[in-house]
Amino acid sequence: MLERQENLPVEPDTGNRDWVIGNVETPTGRVPRVSTHWSWRDRLGAVAVRWNIGRRRYRVHPGLYAVGSPTAESPVLATANYKLSFDTLRGVLDGLDAWLLVVDTKGINVWCAAGKGTFGTEELIQRITVTEVAKVASAAILVLPQLAAPGVAAHEVRRRTGIRVVYGPVRASDLAAFLRAGMHATPAMRRVQFTLLDRLAVAPVELVQRLATALLIMLVFFLGAGVGRHGYRLAMEQWPAIATAVWANFLAGIVLTPALLPWLLGRSFALKGAEIGIVTGSGLWLWTRYGLMEGVAVVLLGVAACSFLGLMFTGSTTYTSASGVRRELRWALPLQIAGVVAGFVLWLMARWK
Amino acid sequence: MVYLKDVVTLRLDCDACIGCGRCLEVCPHGVFVLEADKCRIVDRDACMECGACARNCPVNALWVKNGVGCAVGILNSAFGRKSSCCGESQACCCGDPKAESPAEK
Repeated sequence: MLERQENLPVEPDTGNRDWVIGNVETPTGRVPRVSTHWSWRDRLGAVAVRWNIGRRRYRVHPGLYAVGSPTAESPVLATANYKLSFDTLRGVLDGLDAWLLVVDTKGINVWCAAGKGTFGTEELIQRITVTEVAKVASAAILVLPQLAAPGVAAHEVRRRTGIRVVYGPVRASDLAAFLRAGMHATPAMRRVQFTLLDRLAVAPVELVQRLATALLIMLVFFLGAGVGRHGYRLAMEQWPAIATAVWANFLAGIVLTPALLPWLLGRSFALKGAEIGIVTGSGLWLWTRYGLMEGVAVVLLGVAACSFLGLMFTGSTTYTSASGVRRELRWALPLQIAGVVAGFVLWLMARWK
Repeated sequence: MVYLKDVVTLRLDCDACIGCGRCLEVCPHGVFVLEADKCRIVDRDACMECGACARNCPVNALWVKNGVGCAVGILNSAFGRKSSCCGESQACCCGDPKAESPAEK
């Protein structure tokens, strides 16, 4: 069911191909040889996609590539056609001889594509057939990234193509050690981690993608600040404080919650986010010296917003299950909505005092 | 870091298991161990329902309602919206509703 027949042909590479540094002659024709070093262009591209610039077009052409001077016995390493995945793989292969089989995942990384079925059994078999890997590397073993496993049934691939399939390590950086050890992965190589850097890696993309929402929320509060006993006026003197409050919650929910994740209490992401919201809201209350009603409103709004952003972060983690997120959504979402409504009403009421 | 307690849908049929160890190889969270040529679940709460074990089990001894643990994707599919995947609009990799169905063979 996950395996969807994706139509060839595929979209072309984006831009420059300066990472191709020659050709390798094979029984089925020339295979491009790729560099194991990143050019300034590769580095720039990697930074840009982290900020959501050109991320959806950051692809390489699916097919077979070579690193070093591979022979019929050299391993075939499969990867996604998201250029960052491809670059990460070739970047760790300095001094090695291998074939690279780039699967058409529509420019999505290995794990996400496997979860969606784009990096699936059918696409892999089709790519193996089209590139005639069995003729180029007749004695080779196909090394799949371990994180392709949600989409690929290795025994199916073996049965239908005759190629031996093994799962490599989770991280490309362990690949050289894995190959040196005779294709043996240590338990640590098989485990997914969630380091501080992993947790913050998607923060820039999240910030960029939620920017419009944050601006909209700010606008609502700018306009709402004008109501009061006096009727309506544009209360521009309040705008700096409102902007500060919105940005503080926005940054806290998207950067602080992921950064402090292991140290926040409880297992629930809604709860972890709410904790950050209490701190942020209380901090704003102290800083601006609001009255009681407005202070409570600011804390309520902060808790609801950060709790919601905490839940939204579940999609970027490496360990949350769909069943767990569903359970959280059922109790947390109504509370978050109630918090926003109560907070906003209190905040408006404070204008009449 | 471990997620919520007693929530995952992972099921193992010990009688069907042939002890090939493929699930130990593909599981990113060390959920399984091999004991006396049979697979055993040792860390159930660590399961993220990615479905890798079920998909790669040659004898269908494993079952999990697989999906992506992503609030955005789950909300999007609950509201019947199509563009819920990372290639299109999200930073995460929320699967489309199709990816939420059980990993049957």
